[in-house]
Amino acid sequence: MDIKITVIDRSGKVHELEAPTDINMNLMEVCKSYELPVDGTCGGIAMCASCQCYVLSNHPLEKKSPDEEAMLSEAFYVKENSRLGCQIQIDKKLDGLTVELTP
Amino acid sequence: MIKTDIIIIGAGPTGLFAVFEAGLLKLKCHLIDSLPQPGGQCAEIYPKKPIYDIPSRPEILAGDLVDQLMAQIQPFKPGFTLGETAKEINRKRDGSFVVTTDKGTQHQAQVVAIAGGLGTFEPRKPDLANLTIWENKGVDYIIREPEKYRNKNVLIAGGGDSALDWTIVLAELAQSVTLVHRRNQFRGALDSVQKVQALKDQNKIQLITPAEVITLDGGRHLTNLTLKVDGTSVNQAVDYFIPLFGLTPKLGPIANWGLEIEKNAIKVDNSLDYQTNIPGIYAIGDVNIYPGKLKLILCGFHEATLMCQSAFQRIFPKKKNVLKYTTVSGITGFDGSRKEAQKSTIKTIE
Ligand SMILES: Cc1cc2nc3c(=O)[nH]c(=O)nc-3n(C[C@H](O)[C@H](O)[C@H](O)COP(=O)(O)OP(=O)(O)OC[C@H]3O[C@@H](n4cnc5c(N)ncnc54)[C@H](O)[C@@H]3O)c2cc1C
Ligand code: FES
Repeated sequence: MDIKITVIDRSGKVHELEAPTDINMNLMEVCKSYELPVDGTCGGIAMCASCQCYVLSNHPLEKKSPDEEAMLSEAFYVKENSRLGCQIQIDKKLDGLTVELTP
Repeated sequence: MIKTDIIIIGAGPTGLFAVFEAGLLKLKCHLIDSLPQPGGQCAEIYPKKPIYDIPSRPEILAGDLVDQLMAQIQPFKPGFTLGETAKEINRKRDGSFVVTTDKGTQHQAQVVAIAGGLGTFEPRKPDLANLTIWENKGVDYIIREPEKYRNKNVLIAGGGDSALDWTIVLAELAQSVTLVHRRNQFRGALDSVQKVQALKDQNKIQLITPAEVITLDGGRHLTNLTLKVDGTSVNQAVDYFIPLFGLTPKLGPIANWGLEIEKNAIKVDNSLDYQTNIPGIYAIGDVNIYPGKLKLILCGFHEATLMCQSAFQRIFPKKKNVLKYTTVSGITGFDGSRKEAQKSTIKTIE
């Protein structure tokens, strides 16, 4: 099953993405597959913060892992609702998720 | 002027393996890399992490892969210009290329192979107003000469290995060292964390957490900065502010060499030999792009191999070349060393 995700890019443009839940993708990878400007330099090991986003909707996200906490404590433009896209696994529960890419 | 057959820009896995393939064809290589060590992303981003898709290696640490590549190319005695960024490529009248680094080192060869990966690693700069005006006037992102900080008041920000390691080194030299981080947990080698803990316990350093630098101030040189510590502003006198938030790759000078660039990568002819739009300049590994491109180490190895065959033809247009198996022909190093398969033993049974 695919779910819908809304991503607001750095210029404010809104992108409606369809994300598959059955191929073990994370949000960073979904953004890359739609060629949104997310580098994912570290390949998704919570080491670069190039996938950082603000979560705007009220979805039940998994708690941050110690690695994600550590990276966010060294990242810039971090807010309360900051998460690393690569640590958000695409799952049925996330249908309708809305995020904004950080600067 | 350093003269060689192939100048390789980038000493990641792709550039390193190219030395081997070139060596089999008796071509000499010289590698240039902005980082102080070879290995590219494998060495800089994930040396201690395993890779599972190197053919015939069920599992290998990225750092070990680099060590093994260095051992494999050792017979071909590559030259290295490390810690310098290739800044310019100029073509001479005789068709050869001269590559000049940011430090002015010049290299000349008939062929240039760009194996620049995602580009040069640049420091991640915190989002602070006026940060850039203090660069070289008290703000450093990379520590090149620790001696510079002798008897100075230094403030380091960051929560990873480099922040910890430099805190330990500078604690010995500087007048005072303050380590600032947004929380009191650090992501670093256990040993470094323990050393910093000990330095703090002995009052040899000041540790301020959770805190962050919010403004910088001074005259001709940085003299003060403001920290936000638990919601309140605190002023601190410093000579140097060193934010250590890791490195991030940017395409860098490669973008200015007149090469066709698409999606931050160099377009190449993948049906033939990974040559760019400038004959004699090739692009291999993560730095290139063509339909179906995958940024994988094994793809970089393949590209390096085909590139070397084409480079040979370019350097020696009249020489015939046939593919030789290393098993059959062995390896003759440029130092005269020789590796070859054992001859089969033929004995009579009476
Ligand atoms: C966390 C992570 C995990 C990965 N896991 C795998 C995996 O499991 N399997 C796999 O196949 N791949 C993996 N990769 C990708 C793999 O590391 C890259 O494909 C590989 O490093 C590319 O090698 P390269 O030599 O082409 O470039 P790089 O390794 O990027 O090296 C390029 C070098 O060029 C230098 N450079 C660039 N521009 C200049 C210049 N102007 N002057 C001087 N030097 C310059 C850079 O400093 C750098 O050292 C992973 C990557 C990451 C980040
Ligand atoms: S891709 Fe690097 S932290 Fe997410």
